[in-house]
This record gives sequence, C-alpha cells and structure tokens, in this order.
Amino acid sequence: MHIMEGFLPTPWWQIWFAVSIPVIAYGIYKMDKLIKEKREILPLLAVAGAFIFVLSSLKMPSVTGSCSHPTGTGVAAIMFGPAITAVLSTIVLIYQALFLAHGGLTTLGANVLSMGIIGPVASYVIYKTGMKAKLNFYLVVFLATAFGDWATYIVTSTELALAFPAGGVLTFAGFMSSFGKFVAIFAITQVPLAIMEGAVSALLLKYVINVKSDILVEMKVIEASVVRKIRGLSA
Amino acid sequence: MSRKLEIIVFTIILIFAAQFFYMSSTTDAEYGGADDKPEGVIEEITGGTYKPIAEPIWEPPSGEIESLLFGLQAAIGAGIIGYFLGYYRAKNNYGNKLEYKDKKKLESDRNSL
Repeated sequence: MHIMEGFLPTPWWQIWFAVSIPVIAYGIYKMDKLIKEKREILPLLAVAGAFIFVLSSLKMPSVTGSCSHPTGTGVAAIMFGPAITAVLSTIVLIYQALFLAHGGLTTLGANVLSMGIIGPVASYVIYKTGMKAKLNFYLVVFLATAFGDWATYIVTSTELALAFPAGGVLTFAGFMSSFGKFVAIFAITQVPLAIMEGAVSALLLKYVINVKSDILVEMKVIEASVVRKIRGLSA
Repeated sequence: MSRKLEIIVFTIILIFAAQFFYMSSTTDAEYGGADDKPEGVIEEITGGTYKPIAEPIWEPPSGEIESLLFGLQAAIGAGIIGYFLGYYRAKNNYGNKLEYKDKKKLESDRNSL
C-alpha cells in the first residue's frame, strides 16, 4: 500500500500530511494517557505494534503474479482504537521509509492516512457493529481485519487517482478512470491476502484472550460474557 | 483447548500455498511487488512526463540486503509477540499454581489449629 517516495505531486502530499498529523497527535495524547492510567497495558500495546511490524514485512505472493503485504493494523484498531493505531503505523512506516526505501518521507502523510487511519477506522467500525449484533467473535475479528485491509488499499488507490487523474485535469471521469486502474493493481492482489490477514488476526486475538482477557474486558473491548463463551468453547 | 480455529487458519494458508505453487509452475508470472506497479500506471496516465519530487534518502544496495532488513523487521516483531504472550501465559500458569498452593497451605494451617 505504500506510495513511493516522490510520487505525489505538490498539493497532494501536503494535504495528506495536514489530514494525518492531527490524528497522530491525538493518538500520541491518547496513548500517553492510557499508559499513565494503566501501566499494565504496555505489553499489549507492544504486541499490537509488533503484529503490524511482522505483517507489514511479509511480502507474500498472491494471485496474478504479484506480491503484496497485509497491514496488520486490524488487531491494534480493535484493541486500542484507530488513533493509537495511527501512531503504531507511523512508527512502522518510518522504519520502512528510512531503511527499505518503501514508501517515503514526503508520502508518509498519505501512507499514514491509508494504513494508519482509514483502514483501522473501517476495522473498528465493523468490529463494534459486529459485536453489537452478537455475531461470533472470531467471525467479527476476521471481517473487521479483512475489510480494514481492503479499505487501506482502496484509500491508497484514491490518493493516487486524485493526484494522477486520467487526462491530467481532475475531473470525476478522469478520477474514476485512474481509480479503476490503481484498484485493479491492488484489489485483486489483496483479496487473498486480506483473507489470510483476517484469519491470522483472529488467531492472535484468541491467544491474547486466553492469556490476558481481563485487560480487554476492562478496556471495554470485549464483554465478559463473550470471554466466558470463548473460554467455554476452547476449554 | 479446542484447535478448531488453528485448523481453519492453516487450511486457508495451505490453500494459498497450493495456489502459489500452481501459479508459479504453470504460468511465467514474475512475482514483482504490487507496491511498485503504480509507477507504470502513473507513467501511462501522464505520458511519462511525471518526475518524482523526491528520491529516497537511502536505498538498500541490493535485493539481499532488502530481504535482510525485511527479515529483521519480521524477527523483531515476532520476538516481541512471542515474549509477551509467553510471559503472560507463564504468569497465569504459575500464578494459579501458587494461589492453589497458598490455599492448600492455608487449609492445612487451619486444620492444624
């Protein structure tokens, strides 16, 4: 989902920075508050960040002969909400921009918006809605993370299409034509990867619930009755 | 502990692995990165007139070094996840046992009184 260094012309990279920076700032504030209130949250925060670290480093072969990587942000979004996830994603994106020349510093704002903000927001909303509807917990996690992954790539395509509309001038038709081309690259590659990401995320949350459900209940991520049900099933 | 979810996840991974073997042995797909493909599309849309406004400060000098750094990234992450989940698991495990022991001790104390 990275937009390469230098591949967003002048008005756009500043715009995406302007959108992303307030969210990151709010995320840092929220994270700081959370850590001060509940220090025992720190390891869980590290696990969520590390999960993004691992998954976004896996360049997996997909259909149609291209490789792409999952984002791994769904788990963090479910546990800590989108704002804190934006901070964690920013750390990963800076690592990749500096050491791997994947993504870049000028395109950081756009990449944070797609991977760190809109994707996690999609995951978060789907998770909350699914849990309210009392669906199976693992199914909800799967749907939330898989759709969060897709949302990330759709936002990336939108950002590219806005900057490079067909015909050189930003019109709706030009935007749609370019958007179609970018989505064709990402979406097909991403479908199987998003499914895998959803499955692996559900597995990670199973282990987190097994060892540390009390914190999740306390943070109102999951209700105690759901934990009991999962424990009952897996006991 | 039920292993149903594990089985489902590994089945999904196996299906994609099989798909990859099939694709890579029957077609001559090159398996490049999807991240790099937009470059071609941008060139096509703008007619090759777009010049990137910035260059990466440093690029991995070779594919091997890039793989090394990606591997390092995955290893750091996996280490952290394993460490903390293992820590909690052991803590729960021994915590319960200690509690059990204390309770037993308490009971025996009570009995001896």
